[in-house]
Amino acid sequence: MYVPLWGVGYTAFGPVAYGFVTTVSPTRPRAPEEAPAGPRRWRVGSVEVLAVLLVLLVLFRTQVADLINGPRISTWTTVFVSVMVQATPFLVFGVVLSAVIAVFVPRSFWAKALPKHPALAVPVASCAGVVLPGCECGSVPIAGSLMRRGVTPAAALAFLLAAPAVNPIVLTATAVAFPGQPQMVILRAVGSLIVATGMGWLWLRLGKPEWIKLPARPDLDDESKSRAFWASCRHDIIHAGGFLAVGAAAAATINVLVPEKWLLAVAQRPVLSVLALAVLAVLLSICSEADAFVAASLSQFSLTARLAFLLVGPMVDLKLISMQAGVFGRRFATRFAPATFAVATGVAGVLGVIFL
Amino acid sequence: MNRQAQAVIMLLLGGAVLKISVGDLYLRYVKEGLRPFLLLSGALLVVAAVMTLWHEYRVPESHASHEHDDHGHAHGGPLVGWMIIAPVLGLLLVAPPAMGAYAAGQSGTALSTAAESDYPPLPPGDVVPITVLDYASRAVFDKGKSLGDRQVKLVGFLVTSTDGKQVLGRMILSCCAADARPIKVAFAGQGPTGMADDSWVEIVGTYTDQTMRDAVNDEIIPYISVVSWRPVDPPKQQYE
Repeated sequence: MYVPLWGVGYTAFGPVAYGFVTTVSPTRPRAPEEAPAGPRRWRVGSVEVLAVLLVLLVLFRTQVADLINGPRISTWTTVFVSVMVQATPFLVFGVVLSAVIAVFVPRSFWAKALPKHPALAVPVASCAGVVLPGCECGSVPIAGSLMRRGVTPAAALAFLLAAPAVNPIVLTATAVAFPGQPQMVILRAVGSLIVATGMGWLWLRLGKPEWIKLPARPDLDDESKSRAFWASCRHDIIHAGGFLAVGAAAAATINVLVPEKWLLAVAQRPVLSVLALAVLAVLLSICSEADAFVAASLSQFSLTARLAFLLVGPMVDLKLISMQAGVFGRRFATRFAPATFAVATGVAGVLGVIFL
Repeated sequence: MNRQAQAVIMLLLGGAVLKISVGDLYLRYVKEGLRPFLLLSGALLVVAAVMTLWHEYRVPESHASHEHDDHGHAHGGPLVGWMIIAPVLGLLLVAPPAMGAYAAGQSGTALSTAAESDYPPLPPGDVVPITVLDYASRAVFDKGKSLGDRQVKLVGFLVTSTDGKQVLGRMILSCCAADARPIKVAFAGQGPTGMADDSWVEIVGTYTDQTMRDAVNDEIIPYISVVSWRPVDPPKQQYE
């Protein structure tokens, strides 16, 4: 599933070198395929490919529709499309907010807003997640923007993990889904903050800067704010949106292929059931604003197992892994996602044993 | 993928989101409450596409030098961006149906989530239209006390449960179709016959204390004593 994204030409000196060039002569970056100035040579580009593809699909529309006519494939298509439709508003608002951070909020703001010491910045950033009402799709580009603006990666990652789980909308949904069990809401909020802060600190101790490969983005330093803003929106929508589509396809596949009966076979075993629901949260990739209702419906499982579902879901799932690989690089995603999964499942288990 | 193609893809995604949310199509996939956000995000996508094209083609001469690499992408944008076309095509060309009998047969009835404590009296009228979820929770958790002998009218689709019998199903939705879960009600007396799964029917009936267990998750499925039934068109809002 890996798609080589950032090419081979990027070195650690890339952005530095570019920054130097901009101060000398402010210029506008252009895509390399448009490079030759003067009269353009016509060749088959992506717009032409896109046009031909669309014409073909419109021509063979009935055949395509027939292909996906079976009940299974049609259910798959419905789930795939609805995950995308549901996530699009959050993705777009997250992308716009991240463009505002990247272009309009000065670097000095973050230096003032967060504690100087990284170890203190991590819990502050986790708690800041409370104010971002949205689900996890929007928080990935925002975390990328924060890092780019000089926020310490550990704090940006803590924000990335906490924001989708502790905001008021998600906690309200959890309260509605678990009537008469306010401890689920409290444990979800507290547990998510513990995991986010813990992962931030873990990153400070063990994380290596070279794992995160934020692509150089000279377009963000464009002297025209408007051009930089829209370039940031375009870039994030295409990247995060593409990976979101990959993740939505994976989630739809799981939704259709894994029957509920399999799950129920493990529901009665205490340890296995916690693991099973943690894995299910990863596979189903349900939006954090809806996962509480699904957790509530898995009533054969213990509350501890369902807490694991609620803690893991907003932090690790197929579409998030896919999006993180796109925004931060594959080396980051292959380390960060399993570590977060282990910490979140562990915290859920401990909290469940003590409080549930 | 170059910037023009990226702009076209954003335009397509925004256009598809606008198209389904201007009409009723979006109700197949998400809750009604998401509509304003869908409209706003679709419009933002279109604006972003237009602004990208605007900056692409309206280049002042002083900015038209091209010595810079587009941040290391060997060939412009990422390949994964092409994946956005898939849901766009799904929406514009196919518009898949709302979740129906296949999904409902795969999952157990989700009645256990509806843990309301008190059930208000039914509204007045000869035949009271209520939701499948309302009937099922009154029948199971309230033991039919608030239903009494009143005739109620339920609308849902037919789904074959694992023991081969057709029951009435209706999907409930909390966020999007990925979390859709079925509520099932079985028929006592003369239930619908000769109808395929996924056909929508309207059932008029009364409470009966008969119940069965869903073979998928062992939850209780209540029965309804059928007085009459008729096939109907699928409702605008197929989820409850």
